[in-house]
This record gives sequence, C-alpha cells and structure tokens, in this order.
Amino acid sequence: MSIGKRLARIGLPRLIINLTVFVVVALWVMPTLGIFVSSFRDKDQLTVSGWWTAFSSSERNEAGRLGGLDLMKQEGPIYVISGNVLEGRGGAVNAFGTKAVAPRAYKAGTEADLGDGIKLSINSDGAYRYTSTAPFTDDNTGRRVYLAVATPPVFTMVNYKNVLTGEGIGQSFVNSLTVAIPATVIPILVAAFAAYALSWMSFKGRTLLLAAVVGLIVVPLQMSLIPLLRLYNDVGTFLGVPSKTYAGIWLAHTAFGLPLAIYLLRNYIVGLPKEIIESARVDGAGDFEIFTKIVLPLSFPALASFAIFQFLWVWNDLLVAMVFLGTEKDKLVLTGALNALLGSRGGNWEILSASAFVSILVPLLVFFSLQRYLVRGLLAGSVKGG
Amino acid sequence: MLSQIVSALIVMVVGVFAAAAYFYLTNRILDLALPDTGDVVKASRNLRTRAMIRPWLFLGPAVLLLAIYLVYPVIATLILSFYGRDAQEFVGASNYIWAINDAGFRQSIFNNILWLAVVPAACTFFGLIIAVMTDRLPWGNFAKSLVFMPMAISFVGASVIWKFIYDYRGEGQIQIGILNSIVQYFGGKPEVWLAIPFWNNFFLMVILIWIQTGFAMVILSAALRGIPEETIEAAVIDGASGWQIFWKIMVPQIWGTIATVWTTITILVLKVFDIVLTMTNGQWNTEVLANLMFGWMFQGGGDSGRSAAIAVVLMLAVTPIMIWNIRRANEEMKGR
Repeated sequence: MSIGKRLARIGLPRLIINLTVFVVVALWVMPTLGIFVSSFRDKDQLTVSGWWTAFSSSERNEAGRLGGLDLMKQEGPIYVISGNVLEGRGGAVNAFGTKAVAPRAYKAGTEADLGDGIKLSINSDGAYRYTSTAPFTDDNTGRRVYLAVATPPVFTMVNYKNVLTGEGIGQSFVNSLTVAIPATVIPILVAAFAAYALSWMSFKGRTLLLAAVVGLIVVPLQMSLIPLLRLYNDVGTFLGVPSKTYAGIWLAHTAFGLPLAIYLLRNYIVGLPKEIIESARVDGAGDFEIFTKIVLPLSFPALASFAIFQFLWVWNDLLVAMVFLGTEKDKLVLTGALNALLGSRGGNWEILSASAFVSILVPLLVFFSLQRYLVRGLLAGSVKGG
Repeated sequence: MLSQIVSALIVMVVGVFAAAAYFYLTNRILDLALPDTGDVVKASRNLRTRAMIRPWLFLGPAVLLLAIYLVYPVIATLILSFYGRDAQEFVGASNYIWAINDAGFRQSIFNNILWLAVVPAACTFFGLIIAVMTDRLPWGNFAKSLVFMPMAISFVGASVIWKFIYDYRGEGQIQIGILNSIVQYFGGKPEVWLAIPFWNNFFLMVILIWIQTGFAMVILSAALRGIPEETIEAAVIDGASGWQIFWKIMVPQIWGTIATVWTTITILVLKVFDIVLTMTNGQWNTEVLANLMFGWMFQGGGDSGRSAAIAVVLMLAVTPIMIWNIRRANEEMKGR
C-alpha cells in the first residue's frame, strides 16, 4: 500500500496538499523558466521589462513629431497636416499628448481639442490628422507630440545565433562534448572490472581495498589539485608536450569518478544471483568469460546509472576543467565559458540567458529521458548496497 | 570543430578498445604462462598462482588511477602544506599559523559553518516534506520530477539563473530581477542582494538548496515507501494523529536514510566552490574554504603552501564522515 493511502487514512486535507505542492513546484520551476523565456526575448524588450511580462505588450513613452508646414493642405475651410507618427516603427499608439508631463492625455482614436480651433487625432496605427481653422504658423520642424506606444512581444532566435557564433558558446559546446564523452565511457570499463574482482574473486586485502574505495569517495577534489597540477607540468616538460590536454582531463575525470563507480557497480554486481556465476564456473568458464559474457550484460542498469551520473558530473564540472584544461578561450568548456561571460557580459541578459540555456540543455535532455536510471543509481549509492 | 568531435569519438573508441585489449591480453598471457598442463603438483600450483594474480589484473588500472590521482595527492598535499609558496623550503606549521590569523580564512570558516548549519538541514527538511506530500497526489511523480530537475543543472548554470533573480536596477527603475520587482511592487526599496554582508550568504545557499532538495526528496521518498505497513496500521488503531504518525512512526524508521542524505549533502557543502566563484568570487564576506583555496592556488603566481593548508583543513572536516561511511559499509558487507 502506498504512503498516499496511509496518509489519506490519517486525513490531511487534500486540497491544501494539492495547493502546497503546486506552489512548491512553481517555486522550483520559476528560476529556470525565467532564463528560458528571457533567452528568446528581444534584447530591447528584455532590458525594459521583467520576463514574466514577456507575453503581454510592453508600453513605453516616446516622443514624435508631426509634419511641418510643407505638408499643410487646405480642405475647404480647414487646414490639415496628416501623416504617421510612428514612421514605420512597429507598435501601436495607446494614447498621446502634447506636453511631456502628460504623454497620455488623450486616448488613441479620439480627437483632442487643443484650443484656437486646432484639433489633433492620432489613431492606434500612428496615422494622425492635425487640423486648424486658420493656416498653421508653427515653425517648419513640426509640432512635438508625446506617445504611449505599446510594442507587441517579440520572440527571436537571434540571441542563440549570437552566442553560438559570436560569443564562442558553439566552440565551448564542442569542447564540453569532447571532454564529457570519453570521460564517461572510459571509467565504466575500468570500474566494472574492478567491481567484479571486488565482488566475486577472493584475494588478500579485499576488505581493505573496498574500505579504501569507500573512503576515497568523499576525499575533496581540492586535496588532489596542487600535486596533480605539478605532476602534469613535470610530465609535460619531460615529454615535451603541453601540460593541459584533453587526454589529461579525461584521465583526471576517470580517476575522480572511479571510487563512486566501483562502489555503485560493486554493490550491484555482488547482488547478482550466486547460482548463475557458480554454475558457469562449474562449466569451466574462467573469470574473464564470466565477466564479459554474464556479469557485464546483467549489469546494464547499474552501468547506465553510473554513466548518467558521470556524464552529468563531467558536463557540469567547472573546477577540474579550469585546472586541467586551462582558461584560454578556445579551450573553455561550457561552464567555463559561462563563468567568463558572467564577468565580461554581466548585464547582458540576452547573452547570459541564451548561453546558460545552451549549457543546461544537454543535461536536461539526459535527465528527462533517463531519469529512471538516475534515481536507481542514487538509491543504490546512498540508501544501502544492492 | 567537427574534427574535434571526430577525434574525441576516435579516442573514445580507441580508449575502450585499449582497455578491453588490456584486460583480454593480460588474462590470456596469464593463462598461457601458467598452464594447467604438466604433472598434477605443478598444475595445481599454477592454478593457485593464477587465482592469486588474476584479481590484480582486473583491479590494476583502477588501483593505479586511484593511487596516482587520489592517494598520492592526498599525501603530497599534506606534505606541501608544511612547505613555502614554491614548495622549496620547509616552513613548519607557519601556513597553518598564517591561516588562523588571516581574516579571509576566518571568514571562510565562519561561512562554511553557516552553510553546514543551513543547507543540509534545509534540503533534508524540504525534501522530506515534499516527498510526503507528493506521495498522495495523482500528479506526484510529475511534481517530483520537476523539483528533482535542478539536479541536472550545473552550479554555474544555476548561478546564472539565480543572478537573474537577484538582478538589481536603481531605485524607481523597472526591475527585471523578480526578487527586486516583488519588493518594489510592495513598496520596498530594491537591494543589491549579493552585497549585503552576512545575509548574502543565505542568498547563495538558496541556490544549493534549490539544487539539492530534489536529491533528498528522491531518496527519502523511497525510504518512506519502504516503511512496513503494519507499524502505521498499529498506530492508526491506537488512535495516533497524522502529525504523531509522521514524527513518531515514520521519521524514526527512516532515520538512517535521513542521516545518509544529511552527510552526503554535508560533503557537497564543504566542497562548494562554483556557486561562490561565479556569484561573488568571495566578495562582500561570502568567501568559503574551497574558493579561498582555489584563489591561493593561482593568485599572484600561486602559493602552494597556503593553498595546501586550506585543502588539508577541508580534508580534516570530511574525515569524520569518511570514517563513518567506511564503518557503515563494512557492517553492510559483513551481512553478505
């Protein structure tokens, strides 16, 4: 029976639960939604209104000018100047006025009586009609008017285009893939062999080794950085190769992922049915055959769990990439590029939001498509073995 | 760019192939070097030797990598922390003495303790509450999935997301950061949230809580489902209220899981680095040990001694949890 039914029996009011959960979920999703919506907004709108208003038109006050005396025409007894105040700019006039202090004095589409027989009407599309019973005598530049212009929401992919090409996010995306794919695949095999040995082979020091692996899971990365950086520099100098290479970071990620990998896989592999492995042994299969033909295929769920962990961890890592791959622009992974953009483009939210979304897109896809394995891995790693 | 991807894929294939070849060939060589043929005594001796060597062939690459990348560095860092900035001269405990007297270090310790006091507790608490509440809803799994989602987002990505929430414009302007917008809507004064000493720590912690609550929720949810039905039923029959059942029946039974969640997040909190680096880089009194250590590693040419000393302090902080984990794992293995 689910806890749901148990609690229903206890009798907490259902509506309150629904509402509370809804609020919590909204709170949790809102931050990501903000970045997501913003990344598609027009740059000019993004800077003047909050993203939660993105789907309504934004209104701002503008100044415009009517036509000069050269446009004046006589229609019977009255003199008329007409044209369009928006002059081809997008948007719609909500209201207009003739004084800066009252830009919304008259509603669009109504006729404003400005005194002395002078009248002005401006439609929402910007077309105006300025009439007078006597010839206009204003100077030739035309009368100033103030407008409340509503711009419809504009959504665009331009931000993405800009960051992918102009800001180097495209290159960083490739770099992230270059780092993450091998750094996910290589440790799996290494860890799986080790996990098998720790589960089904008996040798001296097995318990000790297993304890060491468990202990190493929590060693802070910070303990490794300085000596490894020195080691990499020495090896680089000795072999005459650069010290910051993809190979270097693959190995680093592999090693840092190993303790958890071995622990997770060992917990799974040790729980495989003893009969299968022992009957294979009786049939004369060696450990190598048992591992490759029986254990490896059966361990697929655990391997998938770990692969997701490791991929997310490598893709999202900043520290290891900064130390072992460096911070030169062409070598930045997505997290590093994002960090650099926060410094150089601190206020340009159209760039930051699009870049951030590019960087979280792949992990989100992995998360939503493979969540089942992720949860299983978490449970195996934390609650208890097996 | 494409060539880079192709070469990465090639490396992947070659790497996997090389690893597979290593395991296959070493096993094969072992079988050939110590064959089953010959007289009975020799064959059985070979069998025993093979059984002794083979585990180490399987373990070899893993042990080698762990030794180079984790065991050796831990020892080396410990030693380096007693040496000067270029690791040339022995300076005794002076890096540690410097640390104790350094305002930045003390600030970091204070902030780390603050993080440790707030984040694991908050994540576990919210995780537990959400796990209990979503469990009785038809759309509970969907809700859980959305709360769990930030787990997939990098700390840097999360920092960008939250920096947008904390965005500040001058008073009277239209705020595009939602927090200042709400404050202004209710007639308050917009604030530069990240620059308010002491409280800004909490604005950074919110990010980690946002990311980690889903983790706590998933694990605790599974543990709650594992509670035996009879215990709840007995409590209901005895007339316990929902509140009592939750606190006196359910929580005590998942106490072990709560401890696991708590310690896992504690470890994570101790190592928190990306969030502080990207949000404030330690300005306005938000420095933490991991970021301080990173700073000393590189700034002004780097000071490996001081940096190592800070790392050792971090290591000491996780050691109790490490020992506890090992003990627990050992007990579990005895049961097998």
